[in-house]
Amino acid sequence: MEIAIGIILGCCALGAGMAMIAGIGPGIGEGNAVAKACEAIGRQPECQGQVTTTMLMGCAIAETTGLYALVIAILLIFVAPKMLVKVLVETMKGLS
Amino acid sequence: MTKRTAGFVAVDVLLIVLMILPFAAGMVLKILLTPPTQGIEIAGALIYFTVKMPFMGDLPITESQTNSFFVVLSLLGLCLYLTHGITAKGGSRRQLMAEWIVEQSEKLVHTNMGAYFSGFAPFIAGMMGLSALSSLSSLMGLYPPTSDINIVGGWAILVFILITYYKCKCGPVQYLKSFAEPVAFLAPLNVISEVATPLSMAFRHYGNVLSGSVISVLIAAALAGLSNVLLGWLPGVLGEIPLLRIGIPAVLSLYFDIFSGLLQAFIFSMLTMLYVSGGFPADLYEKRKAKKAAKRKAVK
Repeated sequence: MEIAIGIILGCCALGAGMAMIAGIGPGIGEGNAVAKACEAIGRQPECQGQVTTTMLMGCAIAETTGLYALVIAILLIFVAPKMLVKVLVETMKGLS
Repeated sequence: MTKRTAGFVAVDVLLIVLMILPFAAGMVLKILLTPPTQGIEIAGALIYFTVKMPFMGDLPITESQTNSFFVVLSLLGLCLYLTHGITAKGGSRRQLMAEWIVEQSEKLVHTNMGAYFSGFAPFIAGMMGLSALSSLSSLMGLYPPTSDINIVGGWAILVFILITYYKCKCGPVQYLKSFAEPVAFLAPLNVISEVATPLSMAFRHYGNVLSGSVISVLIAAALAGLSNVLLGWLPGVLGEIPLLRIGIPAVLSLYFDIFSGLLQAFIFSMLTMLYVSGGFPADLYEKRKAKKAAKRKAVK
């Protein structure tokens, strides 16, 4: 029983960590966007406001995939273990 | 400028109280109803009490729901305060501020959505104010309503209804036809991307605010542990107080609570504008309108 619960908790933590690998994508994407925005501002300093607004919008959209991963990781850490352990305990009760 | 009579000042004070009182009420509710806990915990919104509903089972009233209503009340107070004693001549400082807000929101909506949607300015400004103030309410120790998926999901569903309404402006047949673009067999993918719009809007807003608060809590806990190790040798009470926790989390809060919250408010309203105006088939609508007008003329 303890071993089973331990496996559940450990796998949930591992899964959460693996889900956050998706954080690489938005990092690279946003870095690219900001680099290009810096270039654009360097070339045309007069449209700094517009470039910054567009860049922030683009960053927000690029961030979405990372946030999906974050939501899944948070679910795996805070919600899934309790639920799975409950299910396990109930099935063990049913078996015995 | 209107004369400041006693009644005017009294109403002013009343409105300021209306602005501040909701947050005070939220704090009092939180202090009264939070069960005692050990140390720092990461948990969802507290459930204050549950209401028995006739057909749906129990309806839990959570912290985020009450807080969002408090934010709405406070915004109402702010609006009434800014527009109190407004005159055609202008002159008072708060009238200038109110005019600036209205002008800015109208300009933003006009540049992003076009002339047809200029009636959207109050909605967009209201959404921005609600979202920004909800995120900023965490500065007062309240649970920010935007870090609850239920609240933000509600807003996203509202936006989704708006998008669908403006897509249906040219008739339901045209709306259904828009799914079969560019090729008919891509229709399932188009349906998925249609559903993904409110989902991603809700997740973006809630994920950003929630991740900020989770990281803040983790760092506060880590700093408490660190100061326990480093400064635990200090005599008496000094060793027990987590000294490192003073001031350092405030720097992070500057980014996570203030910058991120305001940025998400801006992005949410910006995306609302873009999606609603992007889904509206303007050319087709104009054509249809002209055709209908021609038909009406022919009948006459």
